[in-house]
Amino acid sequence: MGSLGFARDDRRIGAALVALLLLSTPALAVNPDEMLKDPAQEHRARELGKDLRCLVCQNQSIDDSDADLAKDLRVIVRERIAKGDSDDQVRAFVVDRYGDYVLLKPPFKATTLALWLGPLGLFLGAVWAVLAFYRRRPGEKTTPPPPPLSAEEQRKLDKLLKESER
Amino acid sequence: MRRLLYILPVAVFAILALFFLKGLTLNPRDIPSVLINRPVPEMALAPLPGRGETSGLTTQSLKGRVSLVNIYGSWCISCVQEHPVLMEIKKRGDVPIHAVDWRDDPVLGAAWLKKNGDPYERVGIDPPPGRTAVDFGVTGAPESFIVDRDGIIRYKHVGPISKEIWAKTLLPIIRELEKK
Repeated sequence: MGSLGFARDDRRIGAALVALLLLSTPALAVNPDEMLKDPAQEHRARELGKDLRCLVCQNQSIDDSDADLAKDLRVIVRERIAKGDSDDQVRAFVVDRYGDYVLLKPPFKATTLALWLGPLGLFLGAVWAVLAFYRRRPGEKTTPPPPPLSAEEQRKLDKLLKESER
Repeated sequence: MRRLLYILPVAVFAILALFFLKGLTLNPRDIPSVLINRPVPEMALAPLPGRGETSGLTTQSLKGRVSLVNIYGSWCISCVQEHPVLMEIKKRGDVPIHAVDWRDDPVLGAAWLKKNGDPYERVGIDPPPGRTAVDFGVTGAPESFIVDRDGIIRYKHVGPISKEIWAKTLLPIIRELEKK
């Protein structure tokens, strides 16, 4: 930008940065050396990994997380799959050690009813409230009309109106 | 009846607010263990070199006495914080402490104990992928488990053990279990 020929340098640096950004791909937590040889099994492992919570980060799946424990769990999940476990068996293996907390999608059971049905209940309650608000029951009086003006009040009003017309 | 209708939204909000306020006081790291009242996982961990042990930590070695099983690693920062408390426990002979050196280079693990003191009776090494730690449902280090005479896990403490936690929570549980 200056008169000393920096402008060209700036532009070069900018171009280099853009090139670098274009070259980069999103980083994967799953390392190639962890992967199973069988693509179908590896795909199952990836799908399972998306459902399992990383216990360190707590809001990432083990498939996304770079934490060591997430890596360990990815390796163990793949071991179970290679041994011939079904998806449910792998899930049960992890839940057996970490509890339902490890499942990013909470299971539907007695203890989680409020979690699953609570929002629906709130929504239905809101719908009911809206309906109740707009539904005027027959015979139900709305605000009564104000009583008619007395002769005195009417005279005052006429006077005021006349004055304002002038 | 009408008045009740007007109070309802406020009541719903108040109930939700109570839940959220409660949530603010909880420690998200404190995940209740599903292993309480279940036997210690099957394990046969190799000993940590340089401690003169011929066998490390096995399921069998946790039977017969109430003990504390501590998950540590030389890489673990909070472990440094609880270490003096563990040394104190060893000095007083409150309860035998065993350790799982988790995801660690055994050489570093042993050097760490040489430097900071060795409060442990048995130490087993659990290299990546840390199968034993996963069997214990470990989410980080340090973590400590109280194991009763029959090798049943009775309590889990997440994070460093402070003097206060030891005296007020863990030791009473251990004493209670020793009476049985």
